[in-house]
Amino acid sequence: MSDKAREWEALAKLLAKYRGTKGSVIPVLQQAQAIFGYLPQDVLVEIAEKLEVPISQIYGVVTFYAQFHLEPRGKNIIKSCQGTACHVRGAKAVLAAVRQKLNLPEGKSTTDDLKFTLETVACLGACGLAPVFMVNDETHGRLTPEKVSAILDKYA
Amino acid sequence: MAEAIKIDSVPNYSDLPFYSKQRRMVLHNCGTIDPDSLEEYIANGGYEGLANAITKMTPAEVAAEVKKSGLRGRGGGGFPTGLKWEIAAKSVSDKKYIICNADEGDPGAFMDRSLLEGDPHAILEGMAIGAYAIGADEGYIYCRAEYPLAIARLKKAIAQAEEAGLLGKNIFGTNFSCTLHIKEGAGAFVCGEETALMASIEGRRGMPRPRPPFPAVKGLWDQPSNINNVETFANVSYILRVGADEYLKFGTEKSKGTKVFALTGKINNTGLAEVPMGITMREIIFDIGGGILDNRKFKAVQIGGPSGGCMPESLLDTSIDYDSLIAAGAMMGSGGLVVMDESTCMVDVAKFFLTFTQSESCGKCTPCREGTKRMLEILEKITDGKGEDGDIERLENLAQAIKNGALCALGQTAPNPVLSTLRYFRDEYEAHIKEKRCPAGACTNLLQYNITDACKGCGLCARNCPAKAISGELKSVHKIDQSKCIKCGVCMSKCPFKAIIRK
Repeated sequence: MSDKAREWEALAKLLAKYRGTKGSVIPVLQQAQAIFGYLPQDVLVEIAEKLEVPISQIYGVVTFYAQFHLEPRGKNIIKSCQGTACHVRGAKAVLAAVRQKLNLPEGKSTTDDLKFTLETVACLGACGLAPVFMVNDETHGRLTPEKVSAILDKYA
Repeated sequence: MAEAIKIDSVPNYSDLPFYSKQRRMVLHNCGTIDPDSLEEYIANGGYEGLANAITKMTPAEVAAEVKKSGLRGRGGGGFPTGLKWEIAAKSVSDKKYIICNADEGDPGAFMDRSLLEGDPHAILEGMAIGAYAIGADEGYIYCRAEYPLAIARLKKAIAQAEEAGLLGKNIFGTNFSCTLHIKEGAGAFVCGEETALMASIEGRRGMPRPRPPFPAVKGLWDQPSNINNVETFANVSYILRVGADEYLKFGTEKSKGTKVFALTGKINNTGLAEVPMGITMREIIFDIGGGILDNRKFKAVQIGGPSGGCMPESLLDTSIDYDSLIAAGAMMGSGGLVVMDESTCMVDVAKFFLTFTQSESCGKCTPCREGTKRMLEILEKITDGKGEDGDIERLENLAQAIKNGALCALGQTAPNPVLSTLRYFRDEYEAHIKEKRCPAGACTNLLQYNITDACKGCGLCARNCPAKAISGELKSVHKIDQSKCIKCGVCMSKCPFKAIIRK
């Protein structure tokens, strides 16, 4: 079975599980995104049909919450914390170094080779280690701009 | 053979300045017990509070006990918890919900995360007690998705408690049943607002609605609902275990018990500090926090996150309680304390918070959607060195209009960081506007790094520059390409000859 077929089968199972449950839109979208990596249009249409929720409402939810993505994302997700504690400890300079390293100007979040997606988040709750970023599930703390390059090389 | 470790070389917690002024009631299990073990929680007095409540007391007595304790909501507003429960209990309905707000979104706050990860059963116990008091049999924990470990621990704790008969049907063999579910947030700060949170649980865009009707009358799925914050529920478990009289011994007249603060920023000891209400900011920062990093000079402490304010040195001896903080132009908020030193620009801090609230504004009401945007534009202008006369007054006018007109607390409190910095650090705004100068040297558009003739051409700066903006032959004066420079200051900190200047 192809990857694509496997993904759609997983989606069908997911939709069968949540069908008729109230308040299921957000959990279904979260799990669908975990399956596909992002939320393509045909997936949203399928969710709307099976949950019997208007597609406009689904689209409204997807565009409201920061967690949902309508575009494909990189293999590695960098979450650069821009919370208060990180901010006063130099997070802006760290973020600038990441953008420089990955050649991502302001406004662009995914590298052309789809290796990295850079996001900023308001707080990772690891303020004691500020400034921090997470790459996938790993947290890197007490960062300085010059540490960035070596850390990112490990994931490239 | 290695020398035996001398036992007396390991200090007691109480000997460490970080702990000696703390009073750990809510955090007493965090870091002490295995959070995945129900047995360890019970061995430390866990679920005694719930047993006391549902086997010995009526729901009204439970609410009265919490009311007597003086507990006020730890999520920010400080509304008396017992009173909130009494109101929800009075609503007549065959279905009610108890909700835990674990959408800890305030940048700089992580006490809820620590409680959820370090002592999940304490939250479940508090929720079950609350459910009993208001007459609910079902509840939701709305936890932000950025906290995957907290969600995993909560799931495990709920399964353990159900297995042991501490949650679910007929708890302790009584008629009382309580089922709890977890809802993962999807990344929207405004969902910390109670009506937005409920909309999000229902699967809609998390936008607030006008109140009344209050959730106690018409909440989740239009049923009476009661929302409390994580730390509040942890306090409830403690109060029902030891009794309100014991709890009352700590705190001030109008703010009882303890508060957990997240101590971060330019401070030596970062971490969570649980202190009795009424302690001073100076004690927290200098005794518990160990003072300012690198012996720099204290400038301000930001309390209460994007809704709060900055307190200058002259207010360090203020008693920390709900009402004194409001009087000082700040608020308790969730309890994030971010310490700032002389290298922090207060205009930049105000801009930082407004950038945050602006991007998190849900867009439903005009004062917040448009007003915060206009305020942010003015602040950007000022920090870019393009400020003009009248900007400060424009900020103040907008702030007042947003405070008065916004629909929910996010908008109503969004101008606070600007207002409090204007109140205590107006001279910094004026320096940016009139002299086009950032006194703290933080606003990058007003800064330039340059290499002077003191440069020996060692190349250390060029090798460390993350932007590859520095070039030059070895043993000759180097040069910074201003178009590439990201103004991080690494070169200046690395230069052994102090040849790099910032102006």
